[in-house]
Amino acid sequence: MKRMGAFSKLYLVLIFSFMYLPIAVMAVFSFNQSKSRTLFTGFTLGWYQSLLRNDMILSALGLSLVIALISSVIATVLGTMASIGIYSMRHTVRGVIMNVSYMPVINPEIITGVSMMLLFVVVKNSINLQIFGIPTLLVAHITFNLPYVIFNVSPKLRQMDVRMWEAALDLGCTPMQAFFKVVLPELMPAILSSFLICLTYSIDDFIISYFTSGTMQTLPIAIYSMTRKKVSPEINALSTILFVVIFTIILLINAKDSRKEKKNAVRI
Amino acid sequence: MKLKSKIIAAPYLVWMTAFIVAPLLMVLYFAFTDKAGRFTLENLSGLSQYTPVFVRSILLAAIATVICLVLAYPLSFMLSRLREGKQRIMLMLVMLPMWMNFLLRTYAWMTLLERNGLINRFLGLFGVGPLNMINTQGAVVLGMVYNYLPYMILPLYTIMVKIDDSLIEAAQDLGAGRVHTLTKVLLPLSVPGITTGITMVFVPSISTFIISRMLGGGSNLLIGDLIELQFLGNSYNYNLGSAMSLVLMVVVLLCMSFTNQLDNENKEGGVV
Amino acid sequence: MKKVVSFAVSVLLLATVFALPAQAAITPDDPSYNWERFKGQDVTLNVYNWGLYISDGSDGGLDINKEFEDLTGIKVNYTTYDTNESLYAKLKSGGANYDVIVPSDYMVGKMSKEGMLAKLDFGNIPNIAMIGDQYKGLDYDPNNEYSVPYTWGVVGIVYNKTMVKGPIDSWSALWDEQYKGNVLMFNNSRDAFAIAFKKLGMSLNPSSTEEIQKAAEELKKQKGVVQAYVMDEIFDKMEGGEAALAPYYAGDAITMINENPDLAFAIPKEGTNYFVDAMCVPATSTQKEAAEMYINFMCETQIALANCEFIGYSTPQVKAEALLPDELKNSPIMYPSKDVLANTEIFNVLPDELNQAMDEAWSDVKSYDEKGNDLLIPGILALAVAGIAVVFWRKNVKKKRNDY
Repeated sequence: MKRMGAFSKLYLVLIFSFMYLPIAVMAVFSFNQSKSRTLFTGFTLGWYQSLLRNDMILSALGLSLVIALISSVIATVLGTMASIGIYSMRHTVRGVIMNVSYMPVINPEIITGVSMMLLFVVVKNSINLQIFGIPTLLVAHITFNLPYVIFNVSPKLRQMDVRMWEAALDLGCTPMQAFFKVVLPELMPAILSSFLICLTYSIDDFIISYFTSGTMQTLPIAIYSMTRKKVSPEINALSTILFVVIFTIILLINAKDSRKEKKNAVRI
Repeated sequence: MKLKSKIIAAPYLVWMTAFIVAPLLMVLYFAFTDKAGRFTLENLSGLSQYTPVFVRSILLAAIATVICLVLAYPLSFMLSRLREGKQRIMLMLVMLPMWMNFLLRTYAWMTLLERNGLINRFLGLFGVGPLNMINTQGAVVLGMVYNYLPYMILPLYTIMVKIDDSLIEAAQDLGAGRVHTLTKVLLPLSVPGITTGITMVFVPSISTFIISRMLGGGSNLLIGDLIELQFLGNSYNYNLGSAMSLVLMVVVLLCMSFTNQLDNENKEGGVV
Repeated sequence: MKKVVSFAVSVLLLATVFALPAQAAITPDDPSYNWERFKGQDVTLNVYNWGLYISDGSDGGLDINKEFEDLTGIKVNYTTYDTNESLYAKLKSGGANYDVIVPSDYMVGKMSKEGMLAKLDFGNIPNIAMIGDQYKGLDYDPNNEYSVPYTWGVVGIVYNKTMVKGPIDSWSALWDEQYKGNVLMFNNSRDAFAIAFKKLGMSLNPSSTEEIQKAAEELKKQKGVVQAYVMDEIFDKMEGGEAALAPYYAGDAITMINENPDLAFAIPKEGTNYFVDAMCVPATSTQKEAAEMYINFMCETQIALANCEFIGYSTPQVKAEALLPDELKNSPIMYPSKDVLANTEIFNVLPDELNQAMDEAWSDVKSYDEKGNDLLIPGILALAVAGIAVVFWRKNVKKKRNDY
């Protein structure tokens, strides 16, 4: 079954066309001169220009990036600390904590969003302070990011050889020194990759932010409100820009990885 | 790494209790109380009139999950048998749409499916009359499949990569035809991937409200739409919304424990 | 690294946008009003308005929010909603702190009854003198304490002349089987029920839950011909020829007709809804004075004129109305004749039980599926069969393993 028969190739092509068709159409019509989404009349870059002048989108983008960065940093730190602490717990307690931690992942997003909104409303009514907005967004994003950190770092922790830590202690390190010089570097790949995962989930999150954002608009919320109105091809331009950015990032990551692999292969 | 380091998890445990456990308790509280805070079962009994919505959501999500499974299975298999370098590139290309914004992807289908949209225009070239595609349940299923297909491909691919070619060759050497190899060797080995994939597609499908709103025309309400109506929409009613959320959680937990059962079954058996 | 770069780029872009020199292009009506009270104090105003309900310069006209920011130094955080009810939900839950909102008549009444609105200080809003008297003191705000009219209009049927047969003069056209799948409908309870009430010849302010139930039955009957329930999505659909008929607001009809000359607007003979959208300040606002300044700005003649021309809705500002070009002043859509206006009703605030009954009935109508009961039994059966099949399969597998 190793040969790629004609049928398999055709199937691959069909599936890929299916997946990329809408994105391609959006891209093509972002250059359309008229507002029509079905009739291509002429080529123009005008929508890109007006997009870059669209205050609402730009400030939403800024907010999304800020929230993503801050919540990912906090989630990564908190989650790494949690993984280390949970690692040394008894089996039963660990099991319970892991299961509860997993809930934001299993639960449908709308439940997480709605339940957090309920909590915030109750809190807001009791302390009589308007907390909705950036504080609630941050809390919500950190909360749904944490499981990914824990479930990324914990396996790496278990894989780590405990003897290295003990050896460091034997050689005279204080526990703190041993932690920073031995454990942390071992965990670094997992920590970094979970940081990136958090960033991605945070920037792309719509449902949970929708219920907890108050008057603020993150990028997905701004996009949603754009689709509820008369739609402008600015949205096509936005979609194309996002696609190009993501594509470039993935290409760069892939190039870096394959270069690393080649280096490692050569060494052997 | 013993003793002291247990405390290091303390801040997280506080966070976990405050922001994972407490919100869910809130949902429970609101589900069983009325507007004045008195205990009542009316919210839950009031849900019975929405049973068609629940059934519709489960059915559409199930159909979308099955379609995803059928489409993704051969694709993941083909991907797992490619050359190493090609594999990574192809995998990236498959996952790329997943990284695009979910709303934009769904919105893109709106323009394609409309009466004067591109697909109908294309079909019009062949004289095929304009099909009524958008604002139907079919469009909603299409939206679900399109958005969640990568979530089915990834777990399946991860499992299939680990399935050794020699197993398949051995089966064929022992006389098994294509179909036999598929059902007796490949499928059982890939069950963990299948169950993960099913979970990752079914759960978001059953609870979506964006897809049904954008592609379903607002007349094919799903559970997600109903819940959103109660909290931020027309029918402002936290108690009813919490009751719906509770039922949704229970449904999801049931379905997941069901698929987990299947998974454990095969783990017990202990295959090669 | 890449995320840092994109972050830096967006910061740079933001900086260029805000560094552009500010020029106020308008001359205020009353030169003695101090617009610059808040300059340099870093004030931000949260304005929550209907979608596409302010002139934003996209058609070459004034960008009103920008003009306001340049004139007063107050930053405007402008977001939108699409129904009165979602505005109410957002405000009631306390999930947001808005400073200026623009509810419709009955929602102003409902919110003021529940203490959600602040009493306005008209010393800060002298321009209210230029709002026509016929728009003040209406039932929803009898003592004119909470609101300043923003626009007014009527509801009617927007239809595509090339897709309909015969005159459109009755609400029952929206139930007509020959337009099956080509009818759009309001996606909010009050407007949708109003149409059903009018079709049944009742007042659009129900006095009992029985009336609401009757209207709900009508709406359920309509579901078979409805293509989709929409609010602002209607623009793309009607302009693109996706649907034949839709009920909507007169001002938006004008915008749609401008984009697609195949469209026309008709006010059915059974009568219709006359509405006034008004600006209010929520009681929880922390920037009441700045909010009042914003409202005053909206009543400036130049601003009201620009708004009217952009959004198409009729303006309650008397001087602006006088300055309108003739084809708009005399447009039967924008300024219907006295006879038509006499046949309209304004929404009243409904008592709580009726409100709740209507909300529940709306949920009911939206989830109603005439094919629904057909789906229910086979659906449950299919699930049951699947479940049983899987159980048997598992038992089979177990048996085979035990045989080993």
